[in-house]
Amino acid sequence: MRIETKETFAGPIRILVPTGSLGAGAREDEIRYAMARGVHAIATDAGSTDSGAAYLALGISKNNRGSVKRDLKVLMKAASDARIPLIIGSAGQAGGDANVDWTRDIAIEVAAELGIKPRIAVLYSEIDKASLKARNAFGKVRALPPLGALDNASIDACDHIVAVMGAEPYIEALKAGAEIIIGGRTTDTAVIASYALWKGAPAGPAWHAAKVAECGGQCAVNRLASAGALISIDGDGFEVEPPSLENQCSPHSVSAHMLYENSNPFLLTEPGGTLDVTNADYAALDHRVVRVTGSVWKPDPYTMKLEGAGRGRYQTIMLIGIQDPDVLSRVDEFHDKMLALLYQRARDTVGPEAGDFHISLRMYGWNAVSGDKPPPGTPAPREIGVLFVATADTQEMATQIAKACNPYFFHFPIELDKELPSYGFAFSPADIERGPVYEFKLNHVVEVDDPLELVRTEWIDLTKQERA
Amino acid sequence: MATLGQVCHHIRSKNAGPFWVTIDLFFDGDENFKRYSESPVLGPELFQRLYGADPRLVKRYPVPKLQMVKISYARSNVQGGEVERDMHCGQQFARLLDVELDAKT
Repeated sequence: MRIETKETFAGPIRILVPTGSLGAGAREDEIRYAMARGVHAIATDAGSTDSGAAYLALGISKNNRGSVKRDLKVLMKAASDARIPLIIGSAGQAGGDANVDWTRDIAIEVAAELGIKPRIAVLYSEIDKASLKARNAFGKVRALPPLGALDNASIDACDHIVAVMGAEPYIEALKAGAEIIIGGRTTDTAVIASYALWKGAPAGPAWHAAKVAECGGQCAVNRLASAGALISIDGDGFEVEPPSLENQCSPHSVSAHMLYENSNPFLLTEPGGTLDVTNADYAALDHRVVRVTGSVWKPDPYTMKLEGAGRGRYQTIMLIGIQDPDVLSRVDEFHDKMLALLYQRARDTVGPEAGDFHISLRMYGWNAVSGDKPPPGTPAPREIGVLFVATADTQEMATQIAKACNPYFFHFPIELDKELPSYGFAFSPADIERGPVYEFKLNHVVEVDDPLELVRTEWIDLTKQERA
Repeated sequence: MATLGQVCHHIRSKNAGPFWVTIDLFFDGDENFKRYSESPVLGPELFQRLYGADPRLVKRYPVPKLQMVKISYARSNVQGGEVERDMHCGQQFARLLDVELDAKT
């Protein structure tokens, strides 16, 4: 199935994007404003890779359960009252099967509390390792820079792998009568564009409108004043406004949003095509509504991006604060000497069992973020925080190294002729087991013949009180 | 001698997916944009020196309508790895503020 623009597009299609991420706080006043304008669907994504690989590797949400439930309740009620679909993508932050199920269960709970029985489509796109290896062996997987060709070791290093969905599975679910869609990992834009594409809206404006609205109120002049965005897609372009009379969109605020978190300001690669906004024109319709024309959609062979996350080695951390002027006037020297001593201490006390461990000291208030040595003459700070990070093959070993280092981290003197200092620990116990490091292991795309071939759709029919 | 921080009204950095960082240089006025947006100082070597980026994976996109230049580069360390110091790369812009634009490369 491929998206084609119908010759008879009735338009315009109005979509409310109530928040940049489900659980971030949809606003009831904005929903009322949008509903009064007449909205055909509510659509929002619920996640991103932004906050790191842990959420996919562990199958957990970043947003809190209470916050997600609160947003779902507000949105499910609004959608039910208006008899329009509610479309959610990248459920539970990472959109893996466990993340999707977590969101599905909250939605079922909310439906019971609201006394409604919506027809729910649940879209999964997690891919198992054997299946991915087979596709890779068949030459169907292509690397994206900076990573190289996919090997089995990289696949095995992942705890969970998802294929990022496009709009087609959502369109199929809408066609089949879904009132709520809870989708796994999907491009933010596809979630928001799907309804308009289903109704035959031209692809360029539909995808571009979705991109503008994907972070909700971020496309407005006052980016903190609105949670959502309201888009209206017609045969020639689209309009965007904040769902609140107190905020505005301007040609600058809307066009600048295309820059945000995109490596290319003009092209956005999506499953099955590329959005090209090189020649887009942004015009103010009035003081708060912007009209955009000239967005172009260029179809490509259908590919789905792969995201795979896995755990690495384990870390144990400690934190001290230092106000001692003797240290603060010589922070770099203090850092270098203490680090060398801690390595020595760990090797001496733990021995070869410590393996290929790593110790890092981050001098907050001095150079923790950059790690660069500040130029000579940089004034001494008033105080610094020193974060100790031990990384080892197991949690036990990382903690053993931290405990071995503890007395030296606590008391290391910069002036040897003075009595031993004691730096300011904030916590007891002093060492904190942080768990493993999580990393994204894949940056590849998989070619598919059918946009649905890696997608599993399950239906929940609450009228039957059981899953169909 | 103008620095990047002096000729831009806003400079920001952000991760663009787990493997790329993107930097937005919003020049202060058309004159600064025209004078400095094509500066050879802002070439791939700068990003190699400041961020350890592979110069072949530094991409530059001028956006004249917004008087800005976007520069994107591949991260030298994977997001969230053992030595992570800036998960979202939101602080990486700071190293650019003092870059001198009129200096010879």
